[in-house]
Amino acid sequence: MMLDMVRKDSFRNGVHPPEHKDETGHLAIRRFPFAPVLVVPLSQHLGKPAVAVVREGQEVVRGQTIAEPDGFVSVAMHAPASGVVKRIALAPSISGAMVPSVYLQPYPASSQEVADGEPCDLQTATPDEIIAAIQRAGIVGLGGAAFPTHVKLKAPEGKHLETLIINGVECEPYLTTDHRVMLEQTADIFMGVRYLLPATGATEVIIAVEANKQDAVNKLQQDRPGDLPVSIRVCPVKYPQGAEKLVIKSLLGREIPSGGLPADVQAICVNVATTAEIGRLLPRGRGIQERVITIGGPGVQRKGNYRIPIGTTVRFALEETGAANDISRVFLGGPMMGAAVSNLDIPITKGTSGITAFTTAETGDATGHQKVYPCIHCARCVEACPLFLNPSQLGLLAKNEEYEQMAEAFNLMDCFECGACSYVCPSHIPLVQYFRLAKKMVRKLSTPQ
Amino acid sequence: MTDLRKNLEIGSSPHISSGDSVDVIMRNVVIALLPVCVFAVYAFGSAAALVLATAVTSCVATEHVLCKVTGQSSTIGDWSVAISGLLYGLTLPPDLPLWMVAIGGIFAVAVGKFLFGGLGSNAFNPALVGRAFLQAAFPQAMTHWATPLGDNRFIDLPTSTLAWPFAAPTYDSVTTATPLAVMKFDGIQAASGDLLFGLTSGSAGETSAVLILLGGIYLVARNMMNWRIPVSIFATVAVITWGFNLYNPEVFPTPAFMLFAGGLMLGAVFMATDLVASPITNAGCWLYGFLIGGLVVVIRFWGGMPEGVMYAILLANAVSPHIDRLIQPKVFGTGKGAG
Repeated sequence: MMLDMVRKDSFRNGVHPPEHKDETGHLAIRRFPFAPVLVVPLSQHLGKPAVAVVREGQEVVRGQTIAEPDGFVSVAMHAPASGVVKRIALAPSISGAMVPSVYLQPYPASSQEVADGEPCDLQTATPDEIIAAIQRAGIVGLGGAAFPTHVKLKAPEGKHLETLIINGVECEPYLTTDHRVMLEQTADIFMGVRYLLPATGATEVIIAVEANKQDAVNKLQQDRPGDLPVSIRVCPVKYPQGAEKLVIKSLLGREIPSGGLPADVQAICVNVATTAEIGRLLPRGRGIQERVITIGGPGVQRKGNYRIPIGTTVRFALEETGAANDISRVFLGGPMMGAAVSNLDIPITKGTSGITAFTTAETGDATGHQKVYPCIHCARCVEACPLFLNPSQLGLLAKNEEYEQMAEAFNLMDCFECGACSYVCPSHIPLVQYFRLAKKMVRKLSTPQ
Repeated sequence: MTDLRKNLEIGSSPHISSGDSVDVIMRNVVIALLPVCVFAVYAFGSAAALVLATAVTSCVATEHVLCKVTGQSSTIGDWSVAISGLLYGLTLPPDLPLWMVAIGGIFAVAVGKFLFGGLGSNAFNPALVGRAFLQAAFPQAMTHWATPLGDNRFIDLPTSTLAWPFAAPTYDSVTTATPLAVMKFDGIQAASGDLLFGLTSGSAGETSAVLILLGGIYLVARNMMNWRIPVSIFATVAVITWGFNLYNPEVFPTPAFMLFAGGLMLGAVFMATDLVASPITNAGCWLYGFLIGGLVVVIRFWGGMPEGVMYAILLANAVSPHIDRLIQPKVFGTGKGAG
């Protein structure tokens, strides 16, 4: 940026990758068929895995609870289809680890009616009851973080929440799920806000939308109920605008202290699709057994936004949407932060916001990888980092494995791995990739043996 | 149903990049320098063309040979050594004997760049290292300035150009003292218009301020140069000079003269901005620019030589890592705005 104009309604630095959102943004959400086998991991969130409450061979009804939360930082799992539990065994996951999962075979002839549970009555429910209902519904952050939503709703001791931010920024290229949810589930979103307001004790609500989704802004404005203290705010298009720290900075002008929480600035951030699910599920006592994802990228023929059962394998999803013959790289989420898939048999979980497939045209062949040059101090990473870290310096230290110095002198642990530094680096130094490793090493070194 | 490939490529995100590359940036700097080179040849004739060609060839060849000798793959493809060669050539007197040009070029790359570890590790601007070496080794030849726009400049070569190595060169060209030397030793200022368009004597590429600025604007527009460095240098030089000129216009020149005479334009726009040898933060770049500007004025006004840009930049290069240590970006959530 020649002259870095600092807009009041935005944050400093950041990058502008090609958006590719017009490929799927106009496509309405469609139902995805049931795969022959659905694989539901018992751990789809940060925190403790759920405990299975079904046996192998047991018949289940779609929406039925099949695993109960284990402790507070844990959520329930629900059957994504009516069928039979074939086995409870290890299944591959995105991290490469094998995780305990419920293998469910849907009945092809079943009506797939969803079982209702005990509703959470808005009029009578206490904040704690709403929070418990959200945990029972198995709700986690659908934006990708998959943190159990109920855990963060209550302000920590000694703090209070003023502003509830509903995050519909969706700054990752290719992804349009939040966009479609805002257009098609507008009523669910406002119903979700009705649950979240008493649960958090917040007094005002801001729905944040990036400027490239003007139709969603209009729809939200139009349908906004008069009795809710909700405003809709448009953020300029810039990656990573959707990150919690930056959306709060853009809307409220406040910086979450290094190592702190949104509650430190009296704010709480909930993803817009998560809010819509709360509004859709709680009145009928249901749980999350499906979610909206964008399947897109140049390697997919029938790109679109799909309501897909949790536990559908990536392979089935790509086969159904017509993957190109030369797909070379598949990742869950968008290209900036999405994790690459090494095994197509991993299932879609609650935190999966999309499947993006690249072909050899985008990734080149194995020998065509970009040449890595030495750091030339061009400062593009410094100008890209939204947290004002010094990726150039951190990169040099990482190369020398000076992980502790990275953390102590250069705030390594603040990095939330948005990847803007690697995206701009003209030397193609794998900066954020170094930082991921370094953060792991710092955590390992600081854990007593 | 598609037969999905079994072997997927995996990698850690981001899976896309902006597309810019070191060689692209370096190539653009070369492009920005080309008009300056063309003008140098126009003003000083075939001697300047030979100086530039020898400078680039000696620099590029040195890097290539050193890479091969040390068993590395050649790095000349990143274009950075081509910039060093061009800049080095542009700072030389146009009728400098070519053998001196070659020796300086070898020194610039071998000592100024390769010994430090190559691209990305050079503490000093390699072109200026080469020039400083020549200034120390051949002070007379380095202050011998041909007059621009000589009549037969494209046909005849000065006898000095092809002088035998290590023999004292003889000069037949018409020479003129540079505007800075005239100012310093005789107290006369050249017309600003001549300085602006390069119609004065001087180093091959230092005389046309307009073309240098155009090259700089091109690079700034392409986000390949930090505009804060030249701007802070110009501002510092202009403000200090203006103060002294007000105080005593008989002794001290005008700000316009100081900005457009000598190597300040080329140095501020193309050499002080060497990415590797300048600070990484914007605040650091301002400080670095102030330092260079201040040093230029001090050396020009009170130093033993008429010109001070080269030493000012080399000194600031030496300080640059310390500026980076002193000035780090203020991390999000650690300042007053936090909490």
